[in-house]
Amino acid sequence: MDPALRPSIDEVWHWLAQVPDPEIPVISVTDLGIVRDIAWRDDTLVVTITPTYSGCPATTIINLDIEAALAEKGLDKVRLERQLSPAWTTDWISAEGREKLRDYGIAPPVDGTAADGVLIKRIDRLSGRSNLTIACPRCGSTNTEKISQFGSTPCKASYRCTECLEPFDYFKCI
Amino acid sequence: MATAAVDPAARQAALFEFLARIGDNALILGHRVSEWCGHAPALEEDIALANTALDLIGQTQLWLGLAGEVEDKGRSADDLAYLRDGYEFRNILLVERPNGDFGKTLMRQFLFDAWHYLLLKALKGSSDRRIADIAEKAFKEVSYHLDRSRDLVIRLGDGTAESHSRMQASLDELWAFTGEMFMSDALDAELAEAGIIPAPQSLKPGWDEIVAEALTEGTLKKPADGYMHRGGRRGVHTEHLGFILAEMQFLQRAYPGATW
Repeated sequence: MDPALRPSIDEVWHWLAQVPDPEIPVISVTDLGIVRDIAWRDDTLVVTITPTYSGCPATTIINLDIEAALAEKGLDKVRLERQLSPAWTTDWISAEGREKLRDYGIAPPVDGTAADGVLIKRIDRLSGRSNLTIACPRCGSTNTEKISQFGSTPCKASYRCTECLEPFDYFKCI
Repeated sequence: MATAAVDPAARQAALFEFLARIGDNALILGHRVSEWCGHAPALEEDIALANTALDLIGQTQLWLGLAGEVEDKGRSADDLAYLRDGYEFRNILLVERPNGDFGKTLMRQFLFDAWHYLLLKALKGSSDRRIADIAEKAFKEVSYHLDRSRDLVIRLGDGTAESHSRMQASLDELWAFTGEMFMSDALDAELAEAGIIPAPQSLKPGWDEIVAEALTEGTLKKPADGYMHRGGRRGVHTEHLGFILAEMQFLQRAYPGATW
């Protein structure tokens, strides 16, 4: 591509902010924090992406969607590179992304609360409580209980609100 | 410290072997757990099992992908998974044990997860950057696996008389397959010396602690250490692996190169 006609890096970030996550379409791939870098290398645009989970089946679709979105803008020389480290963390989900998740009915992750080393007391476990305070995305109550640590996708857990009785997904922290 | 010159070809072969061991553990256990899809006792558990299997298969792609890269003979993770024969698989015998009932599947998962968790935690500090990167990613996922399997082993152990007796029977049967996780050979010693992997026996005290704590809480009795089965890590498997491979590899063997 003629260097004079190249879009700026900012412009490309803006385009990718319009590419929805295939499984949670209310947030974009940039809200999710998986696009780690965008750079021109000679005449090729290199987009660096980190996977959310090793086996996430959406990864392939996300790559295709990004390539398609850039092709639509006339960029034909695009290379996607996978970066494993630093490993993706839910801390990278943008503030705006968190609000969109809540509006969509998914409780956003509580930062710094990944499973490692946070074993909960037996009495709490048996009563379905967890060591996290997760607010119900529908009524805002914090009287919620965990149904299962694995929800409809690997990145979510199933919870239930004991006030309004709404079952909901919690985007778990990793 | 004066170190003997490392023969690059020997190091490459040792690395490939290690990557096949860790990758095959994830692959075979991932396949075993995925056999539950659509059969678990509750919908939430079905989903949890499928998600655990998915994580393990994802990790397999990373480990066997790197194995193929290290080997440098043009074999992909798919080639290694689908086109090797039983004697070329390096998984420990524990992960090829049949699923049995739901409790036994969870007991196997817990005994494996406690070890997998400690192994990955140590590998995050590997002197080989590529290994450390994969371990960093997988460790996060496996933390959740351990949290869940531990919780269920405790609940079912200290559950009804029926669930308790089944969990104890599973533990008694699987115990003899846990020793292989901590066995060491010349290859382990060489890679541990180079700071690439932890010495297998170094993970034993931490594993003992995690397991003892959960068993006590679940009112289960830890079996006495006796004869420990071995062989998987050098390609000598039980009859169960062949059946897994027959199912897993059928399509690529019958229709080589098939894609969809």
